[in-house]
Amino acid sequence: MKEDLENKNTTTVGLNEQERTAIDHEVSLVPYPKAACIEALKIVQNNRGWISDEALSAIALYLNMSAAELDSVATFYNLIFRKPVGQHIILLCDSISCWVMGYRVLYNELNKQLNIQFGETSPDGMFTLLPNACLGCCDHAPAMLIDDDLYRDIKPNELESILKKYN
Amino acid sequence: MERPLTKNIHLNRPPLDAKEYEMAGGYLAVKKALLKMAPVDVIELIKESNLKGRGGAGFNTGMKWSFVPMGEKAPSTKYLVANADEMEPGTFKDRLLLEGNPHQLLEGMIVAAYAIQANTGYVFLRFAYKEAAKRILQAIKEAYEAGFLGENILGSGFTFHLHLHTGVGRYMCGEETALLNALEGKRATPRAKPPFPQVSGLFGKPTIVNNVETLCNIPHIINNGADWFKSLSHSEDGGTKLYGVSGNVNAPGCWELPMGISMRELIEEYAGGMKEGYKFRGVLPGGASTDFLTELHLDIKMDFKSVSMAGSRLGTGTMIVLDDRTCPVGFVHNLEQFFAHESCGWCTPCREGLPWVEKILWSIEQGKGSLTDLDLLEEQARLLGPGNTFCALAPGAAEPLQSALKYFREDFEQHIHQHKCPYD
Repeated sequence: MKEDLENKNTTTVGLNEQERTAIDHEVSLVPYPKAACIEALKIVQNNRGWISDEALSAIALYLNMSAAELDSVATFYNLIFRKPVGQHIILLCDSISCWVMGYRVLYNELNKQLNIQFGETSPDGMFTLLPNACLGCCDHAPAMLIDDDLYRDIKPNELESILKKYN
Repeated sequence: MERPLTKNIHLNRPPLDAKEYEMAGGYLAVKKALLKMAPVDVIELIKESNLKGRGGAGFNTGMKWSFVPMGEKAPSTKYLVANADEMEPGTFKDRLLLEGNPHQLLEGMIVAAYAIQANTGYVFLRFAYKEAAKRILQAIKEAYEAGFLGENILGSGFTFHLHLHTGVGRYMCGEETALLNALEGKRATPRAKPPFPQVSGLFGKPTIVNNVETLCNIPHIINNGADWFKSLSHSEDGGTKLYGVSGNVNAPGCWELPMGISMRELIEEYAGGMKEGYKFRGVLPGGASTDFLTELHLDIKMDFKSVSMAGSRLGTGTMIVLDDRTCPVGFVHNLEQFFAHESCGWCTPCREGLPWVEKILWSIEQGKGSLTDLDLLEEQARLLGPGNTFCALAPGAAEPLQSALKYFREDFEQHIHQHKCPYD
């Protein structure tokens, strides 16, 4: 499955026109092209799901920087993915308020239902489960984000129906 | 009780659009400042109001602005940045302002930019605030259409362009100079100071970085004056403050209250006291990187000076309560795990010390610790403290650790003597 994901996501080696247009716009807002590299990574990741070595080299070339320098930026940030990820990203808050309010029970439940631990992708390629620093919903802990959807005050028995929405 | 920051925030409906915001008295401060006040007068007024930065450091905002070079010899390019990278664990106050009334932030930014004569601004927003991102983009669009952003605003001759930058997740981005590196497309590591960003910041140009809540206060001070702002407060620090409480209390939440309200009032009245079956043991008064306070401190005022006199920091003003059924060692382990993970690796004490602390705490939590580990933790807390690193991440991480060792020492010792976590 992992290989399938890799194949699917790396069919476009160079940057496509849509990506180049979006990156050009970001470059126009900053004093020199390299300064737009985080935006460029975001643009390509939104389009392809993750940043493969090929994608990284293509962006670096386009912004006139070395691939090594761009990789030092890409690997610094928690949400630039340098490995293939599932169709949906689950970000489970593991910070202090959610810890006090029992995020570990949710984690165990997710673990059981999806058969994956933090950092892993479910065998069907649907979900990647990641820990995340404070989501800023501490008065509604525990909380998690699936793609753009925020869930708060989650009870463990609600997880099954939440996950179903994405299947 | 006046609540200038939140009076137009209604959580059950979308935020005010530009027209509605104007009808509610919005953008008056832009008109007043840009058309009737000189930049230096704006700076003086904010200085006099004694507005202190709401991001945690508590520095006088007008004073910070006054360090920006002004006049004909000053660089023509300057920047204003709103720090909306709210990522301090246990903190959820700026989210309310960003989602609840984005035009208020924009108005504060336009006035602040005018005060320091910056023509470009950025809202640096954390990735997780997806709804806030949509609302800010919409508000920026409306403000351009209404003529409050762009070239020659209201015929004043002042130009201000505003952009939204959404982060890709790293606690370090909340640190002022690391944030600037992130905006420049670099790793978010801190910079050596001096030079301070006010003189050499984003792309080497004079830059002011202010917290969201700080900026949201600006329009109200312009409209109502410094004396009015000071009168809102119960303490020497001006204004209201967004306070929050989370943990096992009856009604966790976030409220705008007079600066200097007591911790007891916040926890017992606003947060409804402890949940049935839970007793209060301690609290981090202002986010993860503040020292624990205990029952002995419940009557202190929640302002910068009082909390600091009690041995902690007001920080973000959003507190996390520790109850008697939650293990303090596990609690601190969770915090240190966070700090160890989010350390950018730039300075050795932080890069090497925090993972070490995290491992020791985990071994104690697992019942595998020894009494000498406590000495080691104390030494580490000292080495992580102020003066040994470029930024405040490591000293911040040392605060809950050193205070937990002081107030909850018997819990650490029980783990060691019983070879297990007594709370399991």
